[in-house]
Amino acid sequence: MTEALLSIRGLVTEFSTPDGVVHAVDGVSYDVHPGETVGVVGESGSGKSVTVMSILRLIPQPPGRIAEGEILLEGRNLLELDDAELRRVRGREIAMIFQDPMTSMNPVLTVGSQLAEAIQTHDKQVSDAEARRRVVELLELVGVPNAAARFGQYPHEYSGGMRQRAMIAMAIANRPKILIADEPTTALDVTIQAQVLQVLKTAQEETAAGTILITHDLGVIAEMADRVVVMYGGKVVETGTVDDIFHNPSHPYTLGLLSSLPRAGQQMERLEPIPGQPPSLINLPGGCSFHPRCRMSQGRARCRTEVPELVQLADGRASACHFHEELPEEIARISAATGVDIEQDRHGAGEPVAQRDEREDD
Amino acid sequence: MTERPVTPRHEHGIPAPQDQPSGAPQLSDGADELPSNIVEVEARSQWQLFRRKFFRHKLAMGSLVFLILIVIAAFNAERIAPYSYDEIDVLRANTPPTFQGLHFFGTDQLGRDYFSRVLFGTRTSLRVAGLVAVVSTFIGTVTGAIAGYYRGWIDSVLMRITDLVIIIPALAILLVAASFFGQGDPLRIAIILALLLWTSLARIVRGVFLSLREKEFVQAARASGASDLRIMFRHMLPNTIGPIVVNMTLVLAAAIIIEATLSFLGIGVNPPTPALGVLINDGRSSMQTLWWLTIMPGLALVAIALSINFVGDGLRDALDPTQQES
Repeated sequence: MTEALLSIRGLVTEFSTPDGVVHAVDGVSYDVHPGETVGVVGESGSGKSVTVMSILRLIPQPPGRIAEGEILLEGRNLLELDDAELRRVRGREIAMIFQDPMTSMNPVLTVGSQLAEAIQTHDKQVSDAEARRRVVELLELVGVPNAAARFGQYPHEYSGGMRQRAMIAMAIANRPKILIADEPTTALDVTIQAQVLQVLKTAQEETAAGTILITHDLGVIAEMADRVVVMYGGKVVETGTVDDIFHNPSHPYTLGLLSSLPRAGQQMERLEPIPGQPPSLINLPGGCSFHPRCRMSQGRARCRTEVPELVQLADGRASACHFHEELPEEIARISAATGVDIEQDRHGAGEPVAQRDEREDD
Repeated sequence: MTERPVTPRHEHGIPAPQDQPSGAPQLSDGADELPSNIVEVEARSQWQLFRRKFFRHKLAMGSLVFLILIVIAAFNAERIAPYSYDEIDVLRANTPPTFQGLHFFGTDQLGRDYFSRVLFGTRTSLRVAGLVAVVSTFIGTVTGAIAGYYRGWIDSVLMRITDLVIIIPALAILLVAASFFGQGDPLRIAIILALLLWTSLARIVRGVFLSLREKEFVQAARASGASDLRIMFRHMLPNTIGPIVVNMTLVLAAAIIIEATLSFLGIGVNPPTPALGVLINDGRSSMQTLWWLTIMPGLALVAIALSINFVGDGLRDALDPTQQES
């Protein structure tokens, strides 16, 4: 395996609230290699966004605080940079695409000037004319029609899909080494999602950036990711290749996510939801924080008392379950109960955002 | 716009409404071309939207025209006024308003033409008020922006200073300043007023900045490596321009009235420099007989202050994106 481009090591990000200190991210580690896409999945509040916000130190401080850990970009710890150095990393080496394209562009500046600014912030040598030329190129690359005319338009004159394309163009403007996409399709129409993902793929190929893709849509993961990081309650509970995760999950939470998905093209008896609610981070259950909702735990004392470590299983795979050896039996049980053969079923789960023809929305 | 509703219309020879004005390709295949056609018709910059809304506001438009005329007249007083402001003609003393000899506003006990004096006085008052508006807007904006952006102790310190300025009795300060530096210089009065009138804007801008700094586009700007100054003044300030402009008109009107009050009390602009407050005060003693000496400059004062407020109203309506056009 190649040297990691970005590695997050034992990251702890906490927020002080009136009810006490909340560990939104609690000892998270994962790596991103050049050119690969790491999908991060988990429920709301599992810490996936806070983790990437911590990478660029974008969490509000106070109340937030990065308490422990290292974030190494090519061996350089980003958490030790001063403000000026950090600004040079932001947008140039690590760029971010936000969830809601409606609100992530400044409504009073033209789209073109915002993209040009992204270029000129990091390279003062670029003239206005040169910046304009490059912005038009970028807009064309991400499939904004009539890019030259659209340069001078305001965000409200763009549709949602167009805006997200423009945001992607802005993110790749400086050829970043790492591209972070924080739920890039969540706020979009389902029909637009596939197109935007395609654009994201193009953008990533163009820049050969390592990508962190945050989503709670397993379909998006199946479509885009090479490797998957599953988070729960501020911790990583499982990592593996996308095939491992979908065919052969090694954590009951991942299995729960998979079995609660409706599948295209398969007869199903019923869905198997994960019982209970996501835990409150203020009051996480002791031991394994998933145990109150876990079908496999069955009240075993070890689940309640002992915090499971993320243990390496095979190359690139890891699970934070005490009883991960029991997973195959559980998979068989669920398959029998729901009539879905999970091991055969990567593509059933992978295609809800089907590849439609390349037509833009309005 | 999906293709489905468009296609059948074409079959029946009825172009989609978007296509009509530009005579664009009738068979625009899907959205890749549609937006560019619509652009010519529908795209309105915020400036255009603002202008249209403002022009529809009749009272504000009328007031704006009136104000522009007043400003042009006041700043060309030497050319427009039939007399100079201190030209004495005792033979024509105590003339009530008349067209004879162009004494539209009458003359005072010395036979000075009051129309000319009001014109010159308006110029002085507008100069003071304009300077107050510009300086106080600058102070208020910067203070509010820094407080709202950085929050924490910086915010606390700046807002406590603002509170302090609010509770300072302006009149007392001006009296002290007048006795300290000698009185009557319009420039100094303007500076002192500006130092007292920036507080409400600082609070408004702070409030807007507090909400803007949580917006995703500010986060996005920060994520793309923008510095604090750039975020504040390039990304956030343009989003605050509405409240700032509206508040500026309010300060302008307030400054005119306060300056007149001070001059009336004799601690503002000093005679013989004419200012509206000075003129009203001059006529005060003979109000029973020579009523025009107080009424005419008073009317000018009211008309100016009122029309500035109307313009401010129109600006607020036009700049408020949440307000629907009626």
